[in-house]
Amino acid sequence: MKPVAFDYHRPETVSEVVALLSELREDAAVLAGGMTLGPMLNLRMVRPRAVIDISRIQVLKAISPKSNIVVTGAGVVQCDALQSNVIARELPLLAMALPWVGHFQTRNRGTLGGSVAHADPSAEIPLCFVVCGGSVVLQSRRRERRIPAQEFFQGALTTQRQPDEIVTALEWPRTPPDAGCAFSEIAQRHGDFAIAAAACCLRLALDGRLENLSLGLGGVENRPVAIDAKSFLGQSADGVAVALAEHAAASVTPMDDHSASADYRIALTKVLVERVFNEALAKVRQRGNRLQ
Amino acid sequence: MTTLHHPASERAMIELTVNGQRRSGQAEPRMLLCDFLRHELQAFGVHVGCEHGVCGACTVLINGRAMRSCTQSAVQVDGADIVTVEGLADAGTMNALQRAFAKEHALQCGFCTPGILCSVTHFLREPPSPTEAQVRDMLSGHICRCTGYASIVTAILQAATDIKKGS
Repeated sequence: MKPVAFDYHRPETVSEVVALLSELREDAAVLAGGMTLGPMLNLRMVRPRAVIDISRIQVLKAISPKSNIVVTGAGVVQCDALQSNVIARELPLLAMALPWVGHFQTRNRGTLGGSVAHADPSAEIPLCFVVCGGSVVLQSRRRERRIPAQEFFQGALTTQRQPDEIVTALEWPRTPPDAGCAFSEIAQRHGDFAIAAAACCLRLALDGRLENLSLGLGGVENRPVAIDAKSFLGQSADGVAVALAEHAAASVTPMDDHSASADYRIALTKVLVERVFNEALAKVRQRGNRLQ
Repeated sequence: MTTLHHPASERAMIELTVNGQRRSGQAEPRMLLCDFLRHELQAFGVHVGCEHGVCGACTVLINGRAMRSCTQSAVQVDGADIVTVEGLADAGTMNALQRAFAKEHALQCGFCTPGILCSVTHFLREPPSPTEAQVRDMLSGHICRCTGYASIVTAILQAATDIKKGS
């Protein structure tokens, strides 16, 4: 199908975008790469009166390392993020997840900010963003504000963004160099929507016990969820994987839909959590061995 | 204000470089790039399949990168440099990639082929000697219902070798 007729606006600055949004509000759709909005327009799942194309705003394309965080502009294209040394070094979880995002041909156009603003429950970038403990930067004519990733995602395609706001940047805490990260997912075909995805980031204390553990699941609930794993801290990392998988499976209320039953999602959750935990642990230990 | 504005009901003038030639035409904001290339510029090698970015038949090179032309509108890419399958042959002679597809029988009905050829043109610039796994990963962005992909994978690996040898 073809999109409904819409007015097309292509501002060159963020202040022009927020001026337009304050006037058009719900009638406008913000367009960056269009790898999810494009299909939704073609399928007429969205029928905006106006489209605001932010893809040529250069300031939104920067990847900027700051003291404790890395700031990725909303318009950073996924393939550029995949080739970025800063992201490979400072945000290894994101670097690992990006090859799972869509396909080569869609990563050449899709953006980091677009994926977060769109908030598909199974999307990889929002999952990493939650597990890393990032914050969304939102700008409107009224104010600039930051929302923690975990609060930003409210449900399928539903976020805290107000109609007059634009996502301008994502702020990612730098991953400590001694952390180990892993990402895995199950989809019907590589690049399709994940039926379930898991991401893990962990650090060990000098005595080998778990010091930090971030774990999250995508595609299981109607938004990316962080699993509270505090009860595992201080334990020896050996033999934790199975108990952690059971804990994660007991913490979620899985979706039940055409692509998978709730039971199947629980089964995948256990497999994926065990997998990402063990992979992340192996990475920490490999690094430890190299340093000795 | 420097915001460009095209009203929904008006046709905007779009200028592109298509296969090395300056081309122009008119498009309403909602006109998809694939439809603009086919119906306004007669680039009928751009095939339109699923129209939601899944099948890959409409893939073209936009400023050197392989992208879907069905999930963006023509106004979005005004001024871009576009290469379609029509622009791949060298002065009417098939290039190394196209020859490998012919030799390895990497197509049957040919509907998916223009998109795949455009994707591979970009893909082979970055890992010039890809592994079979990398080729299959890239091909996950295309749907072919005839070949079962085996011959396409063989042809791409063959083309990579041929291009490296400079043939």
